[in-house]
Amino acid sequence: MNITDYVAQVTSGQTTARAFAEAALQKAREVEDYHALLALTETRALERADEIDAKVQRGENAGKLAGVPFVVKDNYLAFGAPTTAASKILENFEAPIQATVVEKLEAEGAICIGKSNLDAFAHGGSTENSAYGVTHNAYDKTKVAGGSSGGSAVITALDVVPFALGSDTGGSIRQPASFNGVFGIKPTYGMSSRYGVVAMASSTDVMGCFAKSAEDIALVESIIAGHDPKDMTTLPDYFVPTTEVKPGLKIGLIKETMTDDVDTEVRAATNAYAEQLRALGHTVEDVSLPSVKYALAIYYIVVPAELSSNLARYDGIRYGRRAEGVKTLAELYGRSRDEGFVTENKRRIMIGSYVLSSGFFDAYYLQAQKARTVLIHEFNSLFAEYDYLLTPTAPTPAFGIGENVDDPVKMYLADVMTVPASLAGLPAISAPAGTSASGLPIGVQIIGPSRSDAGVIALAGQVEVSHG
Amino acid sequence: MSTITTNDVRYLAQLSNLQLADDEVENLRGDLENILGYIEQLGELDTSGVEPTYQVTGLENVWRDDEVQDGGVSREQLLALAPEQADHSVKVPQVL
Repeated sequence: MNITDYVAQVTSGQTTARAFAEAALQKAREVEDYHALLALTETRALERADEIDAKVQRGENAGKLAGVPFVVKDNYLAFGAPTTAASKILENFEAPIQATVVEKLEAEGAICIGKSNLDAFAHGGSTENSAYGVTHNAYDKTKVAGGSSGGSAVITALDVVPFALGSDTGGSIRQPASFNGVFGIKPTYGMSSRYGVVAMASSTDVMGCFAKSAEDIALVESIIAGHDPKDMTTLPDYFVPTTEVKPGLKIGLIKETMTDDVDTEVRAATNAYAEQLRALGHTVEDVSLPSVKYALAIYYIVVPAELSSNLARYDGIRYGRRAEGVKTLAELYGRSRDEGFVTENKRRIMIGSYVLSSGFFDAYYLQAQKARTVLIHEFNSLFAEYDYLLTPTAPTPAFGIGENVDDPVKMYLADVMTVPASLAGLPAISAPAGTSASGLPIGVQIIGPSRSDAGVIALAGQVEVSHG
Repeated sequence: MSTITTNDVRYLAQLSNLQLADDEVENLRGDLENILGYIEQLGELDTSGVEPTYQVTGLENVWRDDEVQDGGVSREQLLALAPEQADHSVKVPQVL
């Protein structure tokens, strides 16, 4: 059922917002064994549903998302349950405010029914780094959900809610979308507000969503997009949803993402998607983005550097968990953080401290930021000639739970296709592109020039509709 | 390739305000060495004459009026978040 179907049923009085909220909560309980959610926000959800129903009864405008249930990734500050970022240090943190994006959705009548699991502080690509246990893939419980927004991807794939919010710093929406056969959008950097979302890497963090169709993605984005005075990095409003796709687009298939290292079935699905684009009258040609081979190295310098600063605030003083039985301030900081962070958080914070420390700064951080410029120039050159770029979303379908946990570098390689667009701040969508022989979803990624978000979504929608 | 010693790990932990347990130090030593080994490949890229990129949307400084704003949150609400409070203040161990 599309989002507009929910809204039509609620506003026409055919169904109530309460009935949809109760059904979603019920469905969430039935799929508890996937461990996609950390908490249900039942009391608040039902109260809000009753408010929407009362509005409808009074004949008032109940909003563009009247009575539509959704789920937030648990790094968005949202009322109704603690905001944990799937960490122990924020275990009982009750947010005093809500994220701008959540406020905007609520203002249009959407109803948050739960908070989804993630890699703690969004550090990871499998949701195995959650302090509260792993989320299982929607298609095969022995496989990972992807990450870091794994819970939101799985809960969307399981049809509990028609859309869910995620955050994407290097692929955290797109990669789990591909692993669970749903659409996931990472907007242009600055399209939507980051205010009230637990910060990871401030120069690449973006807020986006998962849904079952491109049309639903466009509708949700049209509500959450826009300038926010509380986030000075937001761009002036520009997002206007469309289903129109210019005929005869030129699309570049990035050949560095189609090498022998990439799973055969993933490459076959990507080629088949390129054929579908050709059948729609577009041109698809192989193009080269040589710095793709360095993108992951750039990312794993820049992002740890930024997050080591952003996570300095979790110190057990003003909020969050404080270690017990400590005598000195240094011990309070050190023990609270050691107990409150998972191993991957510590790895990344320490890598950040390393690359920013004197003596290493030029060789790592400065070199990475220069390499980032090289990568951006290469994107710009391609977009001078091509409208959009195509890649697989991830080098493989979902991998096994536990398969990569002892090898952080191998785990990082799952992000290799998604980090380039993050470093360049470009909009990118992951769209379903079939399944492997073993029944696991495969996704492709469409990347567009800055602020072409609506076009990227429309193109994915055109293939979806033609495919039926 | 960089070699990371357990002393390096302890120094980085100190910079990062992390009081690690002994077994964590050894595990993290191997992890950090592997990660640095991977990211070191960036050294081979020639970036001479290239300007660094710190942000991607051409941001300029954003000014606002110098007015007190409470962000919709009261002093009491914020204090209530602190693990320990006393006399309307956040309580911490002795600093000096």
